[in-house]
Amino acid sequence: MIGGGIVGNSLLGHLAELGWRDLVQLDKGPFPNPGGSTGHASNFIFPVDHSKEMTQLTFDSMRQYKEAGTLIECGGIEVARTEERMEELRRRMASAKAWGVDGVKLVTPAEVKELVPFIEESVIIGGFYTPSVAVVDSLRFGTIMRERAQELGAQVFPNTEVLGIDVEDGRVKRVRTNRGDVEAEVVVIACGVWSPRIAQMAGASIPLTPAVHQMIDVGPVPRFLSSKSAIEFPIVRDMDTNMYERQDGQGLEVGSYAHRPILHEPDEIPSIEEASLTPTELPFTQEDFELQLEHALELVPEILGDESVGIKYAINGLLSLTPDGLPLLGETPEVKGLWSAAAVWVKEGPGVGRAVAEWMTRGESEIDLQSSDIARFYDEQKTSENVKARASEGFNKTYGIVHPAEQWASSRGVRVSPFHEREKQLGAVFYEAAAWERPHWYESNAKLVDDYDVQPREHEWDARWWSPNINAEHLAMRERAAMFDLTAFSIFDVKGPGALDVVQKVSARQMNVPSGRVIYTPVLTPSGGFKSDLTIMKMDDETFRVVTGGAHGMADKKWFADHLNGEAHIDDLTSKQTTIGLWGPRARDILASLTSDDVSNEGFPFSTWKNVDIDGMQVLASRISYVGDLGWELYVPMADGEKLWDAVWEAGQAHGIVPAGIGVYGTTGRLEKAYRAFGFELDADYTVVEADMAWWKVKNEEFVGKEAHVAHRAAEPVARLCTLTIDDHVSKSGMKRYPLGREPIVTPDGAPIVDAHGRRSYVTSAGAGPSIGKHILMSYLPPEHAVEGKQLAVEYMHELYPVTVAIVGSKPPFDPENERIRA
Amino acid sequence: MRVLVCVKRVPITGGKMVLTADEQALETRHLGFTISPHEECGVEEAVRLVEANGGETVVLTLGPAEAEEQLRDCMAIGADRGILLRTDGGDWDAQSTAAAIVDAIRGEEPFDLILFGNESADTGNYQVGIRVAHALGLPVVNGLKKIELQGDQVRCERDAGGTRDVYVVPTPAVLSVLEGLNLPRYPSVPGRLRAKSKPLAVVELARPEQKLEKLRLVVPPGQGKQAEILGEGAAAAPKVVELMQQLGVA
Amino acid sequence: MSVLVFVEPEDELSLQALALARTLGEVRAVSIEGAYAPAAWAQALVEAATDAEAIVAAGSDRGNELLAHVAARLDQPFAANVTAVAGDTVTRIRWGGSLIEEARLHGSPRILTVAPHTQPAAEPVAVQQLSLAADADTTVRVLETVAESSGGVSLRDAKVVVSGGRGVGSSEAFAIIEELAGLLGAAVGCSRVVTSAGWRPHTDQVGQTGTKISADLYVACGISGATQHIAGAKGAKKILAINSDPEAPIFSTADYAVVGDLHEIVPAISAELRRVRS
Repeated sequence: MIGGGIVGNSLLGHLAELGWRDLVQLDKGPFPNPGGSTGHASNFIFPVDHSKEMTQLTFDSMRQYKEAGTLIECGGIEVARTEERMEELRRRMASAKAWGVDGVKLVTPAEVKELVPFIEESVIIGGFYTPSVAVVDSLRFGTIMRERAQELGAQVFPNTEVLGIDVEDGRVKRVRTNRGDVEAEVVVIACGVWSPRIAQMAGASIPLTPAVHQMIDVGPVPRFLSSKSAIEFPIVRDMDTNMYERQDGQGLEVGSYAHRPILHEPDEIPSIEEASLTPTELPFTQEDFELQLEHALELVPEILGDESVGIKYAINGLLSLTPDGLPLLGETPEVKGLWSAAAVWVKEGPGVGRAVAEWMTRGESEIDLQSSDIARFYDEQKTSENVKARASEGFNKTYGIVHPAEQWASSRGVRVSPFHEREKQLGAVFYEAAAWERPHWYESNAKLVDDYDVQPREHEWDARWWSPNINAEHLAMRERAAMFDLTAFSIFDVKGPGALDVVQKVSARQMNVPSGRVIYTPVLTPSGGFKSDLTIMKMDDETFRVVTGGAHGMADKKWFADHLNGEAHIDDLTSKQTTIGLWGPRARDILASLTSDDVSNEGFPFSTWKNVDIDGMQVLASRISYVGDLGWELYVPMADGEKLWDAVWEAGQAHGIVPAGIGVYGTTGRLEKAYRAFGFELDADYTVVEADMAWWKVKNEEFVGKEAHVAHRAAEPVARLCTLTIDDHVSKSGMKRYPLGREPIVTPDGAPIVDAHGRRSYVTSAGAGPSIGKHILMSYLPPEHAVEGKQLAVEYMHELYPVTVAIVGSKPPFDPENERIRA
Repeated sequence: MRVLVCVKRVPITGGKMVLTADEQALETRHLGFTISPHEECGVEEAVRLVEANGGETVVLTLGPAEAEEQLRDCMAIGADRGILLRTDGGDWDAQSTAAAIVDAIRGEEPFDLILFGNESADTGNYQVGIRVAHALGLPVVNGLKKIELQGDQVRCERDAGGTRDVYVVPTPAVLSVLEGLNLPRYPSVPGRLRAKSKPLAVVELARPEQKLEKLRLVVPPGQGKQAEILGEGAAAAPKVVELMQQLGVA
Repeated sequence: MSVLVFVEPEDELSLQALALARTLGEVRAVSIEGAYAPAAWAQALVEAATDAEAIVAAGSDRGNELLAHVAARLDQPFAANVTAVAGDTVTRIRWGGSLIEEARLHGSPRILTVAPHTQPAAEPVAVQQLSLAADADTTVRVLETVAESSGGVSLRDAKVVVSGGRGVGSSEAFAIIEELAGLLGAAVGCSRVVTSAGWRPHTDQVGQTGTKISADLYVACGISGATQHIAGAKGAKKILAINSDPEAPIFSTADYAVVGDLHEIVPAISAELRRVRS
């Protein structure tokens, strides 16, 4: 364990509790405060986040801090200065309900004033009060965990600097320090802002950047002079100015995420001796804080306007930022046995410690860490340019109002498909996935909006990052045909004499099938939750081609790589192959006009692939569909991509083909077919049975998660994935509203719905179903609510909208007999 | 009354002195900057005198453009305006520093008091205030721990090894002060905000020939010595007492 | 080379200055009697130095002040706190001794003071008494001497100093430091952080801008050892550091170390002292 901050200590303690005995912890600094970001953390925790994973980690952390006696509950209020922010606070109410944070409420300025009497309530219009907001002693907690590990045999070496990490045959071997070498089979890098530098010693990458968070401490505050504890008033987050104010004993701490992003290099952080304070408490840059002072003064003039209250401490504190704002957890894809536990804040530290310890011990954790998996990045996302650009952009969003579909502005155009120019000419609006630019819809289809009479969305928030063109493209596809850019697919071959064993082990479904078959399969965790879902084409007896979504492709690839048996290897084709999706009732006509090969239903049945010749190109055509229509995925080498696009486009003209974006592919097309998506419906929290996807026979061969899966089949599920439709969209203010996903599904009177495992019902996906004329929601519901026709409600922006359970299980609302895809 | 305080931008050093590769300066990449502690007390004293008697506190520095930060710091705790004698950042010896300050003061007179720190934290030349006083024909008292204005005179106290020497001199005068003269305040937020818009005059200067010419800097040996560990925690107490007995102090 | 040296009576530092002056050339030692009046005394030195090629004094409060006046009068450069001279190159201390500067001292006569405790003391020599000119300006002179307000053992001259830093935590927590100091007949010291926080008066501050001590033993409790502080502490013959951080910079200056929490260790030392004494 390299690192003795909140993460390293928590993880060490949990590993010891899980039975690890031969543990060694190193830190170049002294204990209890080695000089990293933990030492100057402001140590407060607001549990509500829009991300389920982060909320679960925070919740677990708070429980651990509390059990260790290192948590003081003080409450916290996120205040709004604008109506836009009030709307965001209403959205937070919904997230709190969805993830199970109780006791929260919206409060008026007068109520805020009552809770925090030193605030100037005239500058705010309301607040979001979370009574469980707390301040923790992260150094004390870390010490407790470290000492617990020591009692169980861990050896601890402060003041020991890591000089190198030796790797042999792709496996970590030893850590070299200024006080000798440590042989180790498993090494964890929990080094906060120094992590990239330590990882580099082993040839691995931990893509984070140290960045500055400014804070000042003022005092002594007359009102706090008689305070008995460190904090007696709720913490105030001034969301619109990206700042917070909290009592700290007799002082008030004011922190900011509003200043310009100030990034540092991990190699440039001063040593303990060189630093004026500690290595991560850098000299304060006053000019970056001027505006923040004025904002803070507006909100707490009683304290900050007091001439007798001085600024006693001011730092540019370093913390870790990542390209997507999420932690970097798990075994590095580059080096076996080398783990990352980095970019974790105090509010998640203990939870991350427990989860990663479980992952290291059992191969999975109770809290699903898929969003934080360090294996999620492609090389293009790990570059210093990308990390810096995204960290800079993300920094000012720390307290931001971030739309669920919001796109990054920086570091764009990193990976483009071979048809990118064609798409631009068609007015493609690009969204990014795994550094790829993908059309989300096409402006050239605007005329179809009138043709199909698609209604715009009335509320700006619902219409943001959305276009009626998506629905129009969808309807054109259902009527005629559409072509999709699917270049972002992750594609890799598992090859070799042992390839079948590998894919059998990883896949839940039978892979010993004739060549030419395409199999969609869940990939399970050891306890039978979803690790992924993907399709595998059997190419020949020693080659299986895995195709999976771009966003999760790298993690999937690592999972397969982790199960290689020495008789197989992985050949990554992601950057070599491009894919065009062609679907719609006219798809066969179009394909038939391009090739002389047999593309009839008899000659080319559903769930098979074969090579067809199109204009001299060998095109791999795979007859499957994620949008529920007749058609194919067409694969060619990148170099042939543009030629294939042009061929399909030209042949399609006679059949009314339209280009369609991921808005159709990922949302409207799939929701109408009740197709589940990984990371939305499918995660480690839910089982195949609960997702109603156990329509295949359990194979005789072993596979990861089999035992648990068989047990799941034998038991009555405590939740079932359902499709719901909204009965009335009209809000109290008379405007039609459209939930976007992740909202709580509640009883008609607004009570949360909780299943027997304590999981709350929430909207896993939401979107239009243009062909059925309904807005579709998916949600897991416990049996008493999973009843077709049952009336429930969705809470959106702190208002209830009536919904009906339309379908229990995986039967599609559109074309329920799947006649189209099998046509 | 009008008080001028002269201050100098210096780095806040940590536990170790690190030099730039050319041995011409401290490596300050990671360091914050401040003014010498003696000068902090000088600024505080000036502000208190002006608060009590009315008038104006002017703060002056000679240094790089970045030294504006230190002038603003002084303005944040109450100085009314600043004068920056802007250089390219290289060392100026005491003679040329004093000459530049004298030129600046001549355009700003009269001052009742001109305050200096007794010596700067970094170069420790002990002479700029005296040279300035000499050039202006003013009395100068050094090493002050107490200043008391008495009409058109100022009573000053200076440590003299267990006792204090008392001087009374007429104003205008130059006074060099020591830390301990007072406990300087921290800037308040309103003070910080006011400082932003207080007037700052900038004068560009070219460095004249140096009569005390720095050749190079050296970190003295002795850093990096390892202490003998007597023990850990309270259990070390007997060994500590044993040591004290050996040294003849217990 | 003829060297004029200003000496003060019975002053160790003056004898050290004399030692360095002797390496420069033929020494003429002078002193001045009467109430201290820096400008007038400097005038006397200038008048006595008409053919001197160097003017030297101790790097003491008065030595530095007087030679600064001399240099101002002569409009010549002045190097304070020199440790060595080689031709026209001087070695002098910066940052209270935490850094050394090598510099070329142009001009004539060479005016310099000698950094304290960097030279062995010379044997006393015959000293010529200078008198002030009749027209000497004594506007600035010592009018009276008053007692210093602080009681207790003088920090500067104490044989033992027990000192506390940030690690002590509060003004109340200084009780354990005072207790140990009381047992040892020691002076209480502190670091600059402590005086800035208002926990102790500035008269207790050991450091570059506080008091420079010369104790036989300096006990530094919870002091990290910033260069500012070390500049005042290194005059002690032995330094014992008590600190929870074994990498604290103080440990590379200290002679002895105890690693751990001072709030446990300091009372334990006091208790042990009482035990051995009883």
